[in-house]
Amino acid sequence: MKLAVSHIKKAYAGKAILQDCSAVFDKGGISVLMGPNGCGKSTFLRICALLEEADRGELLFGDDSAPLTHDLALKRRITLVLPRTGIFNTTVFQNAAYGLRVRGRRPAEVAGPVREALAFVGLEQKKDQQARTLSSGETQRLGIARALIIEPEMLFLDEPTASVDQENTAIIESIILDMKKQGRSTVIMATHDRDQAERLADRVLVMNRGMIEER
Amino acid sequence: MDSIAQGFIRAFDLILHLNAELFGIILLSLKVSGLALLVATILGLPLGALLGLRRFPGRDLAISSMNTLMGLPPVVVGLFVYLLISRKGPLGFLGLLYSPSAMIIAQTILALPIVSALCHSAIVNVDPVIGQAARTLGATPGQVTITIIKEARYGILSSIIAAFGRVMAEVGSILIVGGNIAGYTRVMTTTIALETDKGNFELALALGIILLAISFFVNAVLHGVQKRGAMPSP
Repeated sequence: MKLAVSHIKKAYAGKAILQDCSAVFDKGGISVLMGPNGCGKSTFLRICALLEEADRGELLFGDDSAPLTHDLALKRRITLVLPRTGIFNTTVFQNAAYGLRVRGRRPAEVAGPVREALAFVGLEQKKDQQARTLSSGETQRLGIARALIIEPEMLFLDEPTASVDQENTAIIESIILDMKKQGRSTVIMATHDRDQAERLADRVLVMNRGMIEER
Repeated sequence: MDSIAQGFIRAFDLILHLNAELFGIILLSLKVSGLALLVATILGLPLGALLGLRRFPGRDLAISSMNTLMGLPPVVVGLFVYLLISRKGPLGFLGLLYSPSAMIIAQTILALPIVSALCHSAIVNVDPVIGQAARTLGATPGQVTITIIKEARYGILSSIIAAFGRVMAEVGSILIVGGNIAGYTRVMTTTIALETDKGNFELALALGIILLAISFFVNAVLHGVQKRGAMPSP
């Protein structure tokens, strides 16, 4: 899925966070949005993932000739993995199954895809464990599995390795690269880690003073 | 001291040789309080969720009022319900005065602010990231609400435990609207009050011990469930 962002502005309590952000994300590949903490990367991703509304500007999902309306159907084609993933107080399995369950899929229908998604992120053995007993790296991997299971056409990752150790960072990066190989989703990821951007990105964008520049 | 010791002996004796009358009193206590708690939960949980999850004019006033009503004096509730359902009251035609239904109404009024205020508190304490995560995964607004309520389930259980304690121990309002009629509206607390008045301290104390034991058992079970499942958001 393609996304065109035009002149997005956002302020909180009078303080401008996004000044005038425009960018086009074509279908496929990994775009990495870089910038220091607090520069507005998360706000930008939250607006693009339709979790928040911009004060001004426009988001155009799909082709210019056939733009998609911002309804539940569109929201279900995109997803965002938050930096604090928001793990539900239940098992790893039930967390992974959530996106399919809210889409009305029966328990018997979700078992296979859940196992597959958990195997993809290396958590299959922990499917019956309470999700909140996972380490922070495993939690982040579960967040990614939970997003992948719904097969999003556009996947936003907000600092997916910000609070995890080196070992889990390497695992998460390899998961992201595997996702790229599969080519199912357009991935837009925010990070403040320059080296990580180099390792993963097909394209790097830099956010500076609430504006986006191509690097 | 002698009365207390006698009371304990009598309590164990009563428990071991439970007679039909006492069994009926215990059963009615549980039925009245249980139904009041059920109605209060059915009404209080959505009310607490509404106050916790929606913004609307007068919300702060509603929350403050609910918190204030948690301290409702039972006799005032009893008087209010009495005036409402007495023969000359607006609901007098229903013929509810001095019936278990009247006691359930009074106890529901006492339990409702506790359930709704504490449910509200449990729901607003759910980490906002939970609702955001649900939305990012494609949940509808209704599904997001259910997810947040599920996350608050152990706090909600606490509210039910607190309300259960309140209604089981309550005597003022049910005495006024129930009338303490033997075999019909006599429950444990009103029997304790009556037996104390009659100077029958052993029986009163024995019933007190049984009441405490029931409360302890219910609380222990609910607390066990709560302890097993409550985990903070990472």
